[in-house]
Amino acid sequence: MALKLPIYFDHAATTRCDPRVVEAMLPYFSDKFGNSSSRNHKFGWESEDGVELAREQSAALIGANPKEIIFTSGATESNNLAIKGAAEIYAKAPAGQTGRGHIISAIHEHKAVLDPCKRLQREGFEVTFLAPGTDGVITADMVAAAIRPDTILVSIMWANNEIGVINEIPQIGKLCHDKEIVFHTDATQWVGKMPTDVERDHIDLLSWSGHKIYGPKGVGALFVRRRKPRIRLEAIIDGGGHERGMRSGTLNVTGIVGFGKACELCQHEMEHERERLVKFRRKLETELSRRIEVTQVNGHAEKRLPHVTNISFGFVEGESLMMGVKDIACSSGSACTSASLEPSYVLKGLGVGDELAHSSLRLSLGRWTTEEEVDFAIEQIVAAVEHLRLMSPLFDLHKEGIDISKIQWQAH
Amino acid sequence: MAYSDKVVDHFQHPRNVGSFGTSTDVAKRNDVGVGIVGAPECGDVMQLHIKVNEQGVIEDAKFKCFGCGSAIASSSLATEWLKGKSVDEALTIKNTQIVEELSLPPVKIHCSVLAEDSIRAAIADYRKKNGMVADSATHAATH
Ligand SMILES: Cc1ncc(COP(=O)(O)O)c(C=O)c1O
Repeated sequence: MALKLPIYFDHAATTRCDPRVVEAMLPYFSDKFGNSSSRNHKFGWESEDGVELAREQSAALIGANPKEIIFTSGATESNNLAIKGAAEIYAKAPAGQTGRGHIISAIHEHKAVLDPCKRLQREGFEVTFLAPGTDGVITADMVAAAIRPDTILVSIMWANNEIGVINEIPQIGKLCHDKEIVFHTDATQWVGKMPTDVERDHIDLLSWSGHKIYGPKGVGALFVRRRKPRIRLEAIIDGGGHERGMRSGTLNVTGIVGFGKACELCQHEMEHERERLVKFRRKLETELSRRIEVTQVNGHAEKRLPHVTNISFGFVEGESLMMGVKDIACSSGSACTSASLEPSYVLKGLGVGDELAHSSLRLSLGRWTTEEEVDFAIEQIVAAVEHLRLMSPLFDLHKEGIDISKIQWQAH
Repeated sequence: MAYSDKVVDHFQHPRNVGSFGTSTDVAKRNDVGVGIVGAPECGDVMQLHIKVNEQGVIEDAKFKCFGCGSAIASSSLATEWLKGKSVDEALTIKNTQIVEELSLPPVKIHCSVLAEDSIRAAIADYRKKNGMVADSATHAATH
C-alpha cells in the first residue's frame, strides 16, 4: 500500500477527529440545535440528553461520577479553573494580602499550568516549582519534601507533553489526601491513552482535552471531586450559572457530544491501541539508537506514555532536522522552532544540555499510525541525520576526539 | 513557517560543504583562514575555511554548519559569493545582502549575521597567520 505523505507523527500536539466522533456530532449542528438549558421544549431536551450522555461517557473514562464533570473549552481553561479556582477558595488570607498560601507545581509543566501559578504568585501566594530528576519524573518524595503547613494545592501533570514521562500520580494523590491538600493533575496527555481511576488514585481535580483524544478542538473537561472531600472552586467565568455555577456560558453542545463520543471510543480501544503503539515506539527508539551514534532518548526509559518519544541526535540542530525529514510532521525542542529562541524549557528542566535540547525531535504516534509509516520514518530520519552530520562542524570535532563542551565558544 | 525556495535549495544541495583539513591541520596552514562563530548551546555554529592565493584572492571556500535551515543556506551562499573575490572585496559582503538573496524572515536575520561574522573571522585568521593587521571585528572561537 502506498504511503500517504506527509506522515503525521505529532499526535501529542493534536489528533485528527475520529470519523465516528464527527458522525455523532453532525446532528447537533443542524436538527438538534437546541440550547441544553432550554427546559421547556423538545429542542432543549434533545440537546440536554446529548450533553448528559457525554457527561456519562467522560466520567466513565476516568472512574468518576457524571455529576463531577464540568465541561470547558479545553485543558487550558480546565487548568486555569482548577488552579485559580481552588487557590481562591482555599486561600489562607483574603485577596490583596500576602501569605495567602503555598502551592506546589513543577518547572516542566505545560504553560497552561505554569502561567496560572505565576499569576497566583503575583497575587500573594507562594509557589514551589519542583525540578524533576534527570529521568524527568516527579516523585511523591519530592512533593512530600516540599509540603509546608500552609500548602493548599498541589498541581502535577500526569504525563509530560514533550517527553511523555509519567509522574508518580497515585502516590502523590495519596500523599495529598493524607495531608488534606487539594490535588490537581493536568492529565491532557494521559487520559484516553492509559486507564484512569480518580477514586483509586486520590485525584481531586483532573483536566483533559478533546483534541488530544481524537475529539474536536475547543472542548475539554475538568473533574471536580464531590465527596471525600468535596472540592469547591471559585468560578472564573461568571454568568448564567451553568455547570454547577463553575463555568457559565451556553454549552458547546456539539463539541461536548463529540468529546463524550471520543471518550467512549478511547475507553473501548485503549488497551489494544496501547499495545500497538508501545511496539511502534520501541521500534523507533531501538532502531534509531542502533543505527545512529550519539543518540539519546530523553526521559525515563519505562515510565512513559505508549505513544510519545523524544530523541536527541547529537551534532545536528532540530529545526534543520525537521526540514530534512520533510515527509514527517513532528516537533522539536530546538529554539528555532519557538518564538522565544530558547531551547525547550522541559528538556532543560531535566538537565538535558542546551546543545542536545537543540538536537531533539518529538515523535508522537496515534490511532492510525501504521508499521509502514514507522519504518519509513526511521529511514528518513537516518538519512537526514547523515546528511546533516556531513555538514556539521561539531560532528567533525567529535570524530577528531575533541570534547565540544571543553571548547570556549563565542556565544552571541 | 515556510522557507523560501532558495533556502530549501541550499539546504538540500549545499554548495561547498567541507573543510581544508582537520582543525589541527588548518591551524598550521598559512594559506587557509578559519572562522568559527556561534555556539552549540545557542543552536548555531558556523565554520568557514577560505583558501587564499598569493595574489590575495579567495580561490576556494568550504563551510560546515550546525544550525537551522536558514543558517545552513546563509553559509552555503557565503561560500559561493566568496570564491574569486579578493580578501578586501570579501569584507564588503553584508548580512543584509544575504537576507535579501535568501528572503530570510526577521527571526532568521541572526543567521545572516553569523555568516557575515564567519567571513570576518576567517579573514582575520588568514591575516593574522600572515602577519597582516587583523580586522578588529573578529568573533573567532578559541580552543
Ligand atoms: C499537558 C497539556 N496541558 C494543556 C494543554 C492545553 O490544552 P488545550 O489545547 O485543550 O487548551 C496541552 C496541549 O497543548 C497539553 O499537552
